[in-house]
Amino acid sequence: MFALELVLTESWYLVLAAMLFSIGAAGLMIRRNLLVMFMCVELMLNAVNLSFVAFARGLDDVGGQAVVFFVLVVAAAEVVVGLGIIVAIMRRRQGSTADDISLMRG
Amino acid sequence: MELVWLIPALPVAGFLLLLAVGRKLDEPFAGVIGTLAVAGSFLVSCVVALDLMSQPEEKRQFVQTLWVWMPVGSFHVDFGFLLDPLSITMCLFITGIGALIHLYSIGYMKGDPAFGKFFMYLNLFVASMLLLVLGQNLLVTFLGWEGVGACSYWLISFWFDDKANATAGKKAFVTNRIGDCGFMLGTFLVWVTIGSIDYVEIGRSAGAVVGATATAVALLFFLAATGKSAQLPLFVWLPDAMAGPTPVSALIHAATMVTSGVFLLSRLSPIMEHAGWANDVIAWVGAATALLAAGAAVAQNDIKKVLAYSTVSQLGFMFIAIGSYNYTGAIFHMITHAFFKALLFLGAGSVILAMAHEQDMRRYGNLRKYIPVTFVTVGIGWLAISGIPPFAGFWSKDEILAGAWAVDGYGPALWAVGFVTAILTAFYMTRLMIMTFFGGVENWRNPELLADAEPEVPLGADADAVEGADGTGAEATLAHAATATDTHDDHHAHDEHHGLTPDHTPVESPTTMLVPLIVLAGLALIGGLLNLPFSHRLHFLKEWIHPVIVGEHELPEAAVLWVLAIVAITGAVVGIFFAYRVYQQRKVDPAKLEKPVLAHAWYIDDTYAAVVGGPGEAAFQGAADFDAGIVDGAVLGVAHGTDAAAKVLKPVQSGIVRTYAAGVAIGTVALAVFVIMRMGF
Amino acid sequence: MRVEMFTFLIAGAIVLGGALGVVLLRNPVHNALSLVATLFGVAVLFVIQEAYFLAAIQVIVYAGAIVILFLFVIMFLGVDRIEATERDPLPAQRVVGVVAGLGILVLSIVILLAGGGEPTGQRSATAPLSDQAPDIDRLGKVLFTDYVFAFEVTAVLLTVAVVGAVVLSRRPKGDPIDLDEFPDGPAVAHLSLFVDPDDEGPADDTADAESADAESADADDVEVTS
Repeated sequence: MFALELVLTESWYLVLAAMLFSIGAAGLMIRRNLLVMFMCVELMLNAVNLSFVAFARGLDDVGGQAVVFFVLVVAAAEVVVGLGIIVAIMRRRQGSTADDISLMRG
Repeated sequence: MELVWLIPALPVAGFLLLLAVGRKLDEPFAGVIGTLAVAGSFLVSCVVALDLMSQPEEKRQFVQTLWVWMPVGSFHVDFGFLLDPLSITMCLFITGIGALIHLYSIGYMKGDPAFGKFFMYLNLFVASMLLLVLGQNLLVTFLGWEGVGACSYWLISFWFDDKANATAGKKAFVTNRIGDCGFMLGTFLVWVTIGSIDYVEIGRSAGAVVGATATAVALLFFLAATGKSAQLPLFVWLPDAMAGPTPVSALIHAATMVTSGVFLLSRLSPIMEHAGWANDVIAWVGAATALLAAGAAVAQNDIKKVLAYSTVSQLGFMFIAIGSYNYTGAIFHMITHAFFKALLFLGAGSVILAMAHEQDMRRYGNLRKYIPVTFVTVGIGWLAISGIPPFAGFWSKDEILAGAWAVDGYGPALWAVGFVTAILTAFYMTRLMIMTFFGGVENWRNPELLADAEPEVPLGADADAVEGADGTGAEATLAHAATATDTHDDHHAHDEHHGLTPDHTPVESPTTMLVPLIVLAGLALIGGLLNLPFSHRLHFLKEWIHPVIVGEHELPEAAVLWVLAIVAITGAVVGIFFAYRVYQQRKVDPAKLEKPVLAHAWYIDDTYAAVVGGPGEAAFQGAADFDAGIVDGAVLGVAHGTDAAAKVLKPVQSGIVRTYAAGVAIGTVALAVFVIMRMGF
Repeated sequence: MRVEMFTFLIAGAIVLGGALGVVLLRNPVHNALSLVATLFGVAVLFVIQEAYFLAAIQVIVYAGAIVILFLFVIMFLGVDRIEATERDPLPAQRVVGVVAGLGILVLSIVILLAGGGEPTGQRSATAPLSDQAPDIDRLGKVLFTDYVFAFEVTAVLLTVAVVGAVVLSRRPKGDPIDLDEFPDGPAVAHLSLFVDPDDEGPADDTADAESADAESADADDVEVTS
């Protein structure tokens, strides 16, 4: 395999990012545990970050890395608020799953 | 001249102040604020007017644009004021008379629970009226036009506890809406034809409006004017509008608002010049209104209704002048009429107050002894409206009649109608004077006299009913008086029931009411100085508004004027004399003159009521059914359809986050498929 | 190049393995630890691509702060109560999840290959990455010039997030999210740990609650107020 002198291009990273994203998306749809669903969201965000860095390198542009920085900040804020909500819910309803919280049902 | 914005701004400020704190103020202060706001506006108007006079004639036009109101594509309307001799003249008499009537109202409305509200409306009215006359384009004028209409509605139904008052307000409002259609359609037509609704622009490019278009514009705006200025066929609201407090009748329904139609047509004189036969229509409608209303005034017993029909009649005179291209005459009569009609209304208010809100003239009589100031001032108003020189009304009415005489073709006929109307005017005003202040019989001392009488039945019939059919003339009057004196003591116990003062004696009104009366009487006396016919140098008003008016026709030469004037004076004297014979000396039974057809104003109103209440109501019911069945049905059908669709689709929103995520993911897949297909494999 | 490729493959394996761990393992603590593996792998990939600064904050912020926060909440709420025990009420959801995930993967790879495997667009639109200065210098310069507004807004965002977290997690008189308003929800008893520390043990309480599952929700309210 190494004898083929495979060149590590952006495509490799992008394929890896796509796989990571797909796993995260599937996990979000399958799992019911609120915390695990949050982790899956983090996986998807990381996949996007990975592709951004790859693009930054491919296009020789620092902007891609700057966006990753902002994604990190937003992810941190989201986790803080999201976990706060989860704690508040769990206080009232121990063992709730995402399916139980369906107040917005039509 | 830059101060012009202050003229409407001061009453607006007064209105806002009263709106904010009017309820909390003690009684006189709300009135003082309102009066000061309008008086200040009058002072500013004077300053601006003097400034304008000091300019050379061609520079007497000043446009002040406050802000851009509606920039919509090529349609561009500014909110601004047009200051020129016409608008400042209107401002002067609106604010001047307005301030006097505000002052009068402090006395008249004393003790009214809604004292502050009354002055709030009055201030808003004055502001709207100023906006109407100062507007720089048709839309600003329309804003004022609707504003005065709204204030008129509020003030007519000011004492809305009484259902009749509320109904009168609604009637005025609805009738005016018909005219407003004309205003709006006329504005649209001007916009389409000229491409601007700016008065300056209209004046500049009025030449483009010719033929049928000019006629249509003129007729549409005349329709608007018939609503606001109470002409045939829309005059029916004005007599009912007397339900409002008397100062309102004086300010709005006699002196200012009802003249706005005359003002509007004068303002549009550049278009009227090309309007062709529309001017004939205006002149003849004016003449017909003047004659019919004067006839109706002869048979009214409510003192305010006499004055109301008189106002309609005098407005008809103004439209005769407009139709005969005699704009100076129209505006001249508008001003003098504002003086003497405001005076008459305020005097009537003073009488009404003295008689404890009794408005039926059959219960008046011999009041000159008790309210002498009111008597003298109203007397001056009577001479002015009757057309006796040197009072103001003579000069303006004479100018209108002379202008009518000069019209090509049917001039003398138009003049004749006006002349007959003038005789009738003198007649019914003398009737009013005699029934109120003379007559020798103090009918108010005899409350039972008319207790059972049908209010609409004229005086003579009542007198006969009481005295028996045998007595006529002076004999009957004497017997009548004896009866009244005899029964005086017996009826004393019922006095309070009829609202008279305990000792039966009317008392003169307070000073705040008398001062406006005296000032207005002075104006009615000397108002003719504005435009004396003797020499061109005395044509102050004509020279003053000359730059604004286009296409004015000249009056006949001096010799004709003299003859016409002498004929007119003779007519007025004849009218007064005849009325004196009938009502003072009772040579003729008044019942023969006061026909029911006159008392009902030719049954025009009744016909409207019958038509609108009969076939009209059926049509309205049909429209309502159409609305409920088809329009509402469509709307509700859409609503029910949406509701049903929502019930079907509701389960999609399950509230389960994972399902939503699946939806997003499936959407992403679909999007990816779409992108791949676009890439073209 | 071979070293780079080698590193990439190992890091990629770690990333994917961690991701699968997050999705497939049952214990929330294991999920969180798998997430750490993924985040660490991504950081390594950043290093390969010479994004050293991002690699550093990836480790510090994600692995150091976010995952710790996850673990803290898991411990706080009790590991055994986090996991739902009953079967998935929506079995179709698994199928849809797997199919949609695979669909996204396959289709995005197809798009990638169809585009020639190269990113398209203007090169170095913001600033070039390949000059001699260290990457942290370049990133800092861009953040405080071109992206300064976004940068300031993130400051506001973080402040809002902190305030929101405090509001949500303090113990108010009325819950910010009152699920008892929702009548059809599972009637699960409140954890008495948060209501009254001196009460019985949490485990018993939960067992009671589950046994009293079918009882009315009123009983729960009584328990709260007592």
